[in-house]
Amino acid sequence: MLATAENPVAASAGISARLLESMVRIRMVEEAIAAHYPEQQMRCPVHLSIGQEAASAGVCAALRPDDLAMSGHRSHAHYLGKGGDLPAMIAEIYGKATGCCQGRGGSMHLVDLKAGFVGAVPIVASTIPIATGLAFADRQLKRDRVTVAFLGEAATEEGVFHESVNFASLHQLPIVFVCENNLYSVYSPMSVRQPAHREVWQLAAGHGVVSHQGDGNDPLAVYALARAAAAHARSGQGPVFLELKTYRWREHCGAGFDNHIGYRTEAEYLAWRERDPIKNFERRLKASGEFDVLRHEQFKARVETEISDAFAAAQRAPFPAGASLMNHVYAAS
Amino acid sequence: MKPASRELTYAAAIREGFAVALERDPRVLLMGLGVPDPKGFFGTTTDLQKQFGADRVMDMPCAENGMSGVMLGAALNGLRPVLNHQRLDFAMLSMDPICTQAAKWSYMFGGTMKMPVVFRMILGRGWGQGPQHSQCLHSWFAHIPGLKVVMPTTPHDAKGLLIAAIEDDNPVVFIEHRWLHHIKGEVPAGHYTVPIGPARLARAGSDVTIVAFSYMVLEALEAAEKLAEHGIDAEVIDVRSLRPLDQSLLLASVAKTGRLVVADTGHSTAGMAAEIIAIASESAFGSLKAAPRRVCFPECPTPTSPTLSAEFYPRAGHIVAAVRTTLQRPPHDDDLLVPAGAELDKPNPAFTGPF
Repeated sequence: MLATAENPVAASAGISARLLESMVRIRMVEEAIAAHYPEQQMRCPVHLSIGQEAASAGVCAALRPDDLAMSGHRSHAHYLGKGGDLPAMIAEIYGKATGCCQGRGGSMHLVDLKAGFVGAVPIVASTIPIATGLAFADRQLKRDRVTVAFLGEAATEEGVFHESVNFASLHQLPIVFVCENNLYSVYSPMSVRQPAHREVWQLAAGHGVVSHQGDGNDPLAVYALARAAAAHARSGQGPVFLELKTYRWREHCGAGFDNHIGYRTEAEYLAWRERDPIKNFERRLKASGEFDVLRHEQFKARVETEISDAFAAAQRAPFPAGASLMNHVYAAS
Repeated sequence: MKPASRELTYAAAIREGFAVALERDPRVLLMGLGVPDPKGFFGTTTDLQKQFGADRVMDMPCAENGMSGVMLGAALNGLRPVLNHQRLDFAMLSMDPICTQAAKWSYMFGGTMKMPVVFRMILGRGWGQGPQHSQCLHSWFAHIPGLKVVMPTTPHDAKGLLIAAIEDDNPVVFIEHRWLHHIKGEVPAGHYTVPIGPARLARAGSDVTIVAFSYMVLEALEAAEKLAEHGIDAEVIDVRSLRPLDQSLLLASVAKTGRLVVADTGHSTAGMAAEIIAIASESAFGSLKAAPRRVCFPECPTPTSPTLSAEFYPRAGHIVAAVRTTLQRPPHDDDLLVPAGAELDKPNPAFTGPF
């Protein structure tokens, strides 16, 4: 992740503190969005990453600032973890001219090229081939960057996933496919979508790609997998696929909770709440004596200020002028 | 000094356009099933791999959808790729990357990125291409803001528009008609571009405006010759660029002639001919002396058998008949007469298949 004036997750800190802080910051931003959402001023769908923060934190900590990443509809954590500008993201969700897409994208289309976050789109799996193309161009142009394609497990059911992984494997491209398996595609469980006798990671392995499965709620485990994967991809040995098991806490789309509508059980939800990536990691760090209470409280206070500043700025910011409707349909050549 | 011109086939002009683009810009990359194969993509890519290397002129997995997305990522990250499809029908597998991704990338990300990618598609016709090797769906792409769509008719425009498409910072759908590949015309050597947008006045005339697309421009010119024998002076406009669409040449012509016939290589319903007539109706209604006419495909899929295919494809005679209608002239029995021995399912007498 980037250590910038705006991003208080400092690269200089030890890796454990960085991972914890990255997760906490994502959680705090998502909770703030959830808190403000009922005000009806963020007039676009939001897909919150609460419960799935460890994947972004662990993977992005293993990347260089100039490495690239793309994502799908649930992209806030990936954008923030990669170092995406927070005020520009909040302003975008508010539909403001100061947003990262000048109000043309919303929550489902985040971008920050300075941070190497090349974009997110909500058509499931559509950024997988595009990310593969980024890696292909880097290979063609002999750059030593790595691209990460963040995807959900449902994206592995799309044809382009297989087409992309096959091509990446064929040309040994420098890409890491990071699949967060949160068990549901909207409200459809794995049982109606994929055979129980085959694991998700085996799909990529079948294309001849080095594939691993890991605990997506353990940031250190994710970090270790991602570090090895990025090194493998960067050294020209080809792509890596990571399946990270995790769980979405809140409703698929929106700020509330949806356990009551009957597609999953309260017991399942509560069991995964017990596996809270943040609480458990805090507990671990406390047990090993690595948890600096004062530092952490100061960090959270800074993030709180950062978030309230970002929301205040977004709320204050102007909407895009109606006259700008036709801007950017075409790039000026 | 103007570059030397000489006569080339349309296919050779395309190949030369690729060679010029590959030579001038190391970022240009050709990808597509069969691009480097021994048949050379109807002669349009012959030996380009030998000349420019296997990392710039590439074959690919049989994965049109995924590879279209890969081309978008390559375009975002420093290359200028051209993805080639031997038939437009195969590009249908990649409507998401073309229409939902590439076309919107500049807009939805607030102008932060450019998408210099070309999707090249060939329209099949005749010799039993049938329902799935001859769909003419250019109007689908022309419907999408953010795409540019061109259909060059002459070898000159094929090379010039191909180079312009490759040099454009936006996604361009470049559509060729298979029945144009053998035609010959003057082509300047070296680098030149034909701007994307302006239509071409293919023939000046004063009695009726025939607006035509791609291969149908040739049929329209043949129709104009036949009409001239009957004292009817037809103007023929070659649209060349479907998006952006040049309204000024069309409207000026309709203002002059007051009569409009549109010949498209595609279906009429919700098609480009309807769009042309809508533009004329909205902006030149007062000039129109008769109801405009469309000469398009019938509303059925393309059949395979030569007898059915002869029924299916409109010819110069259909355009002549439509012009007579707009002039309130009686139909001629011989307009649709097929000369003895004519083979309507071949682009030229030398053609022997297979596709």
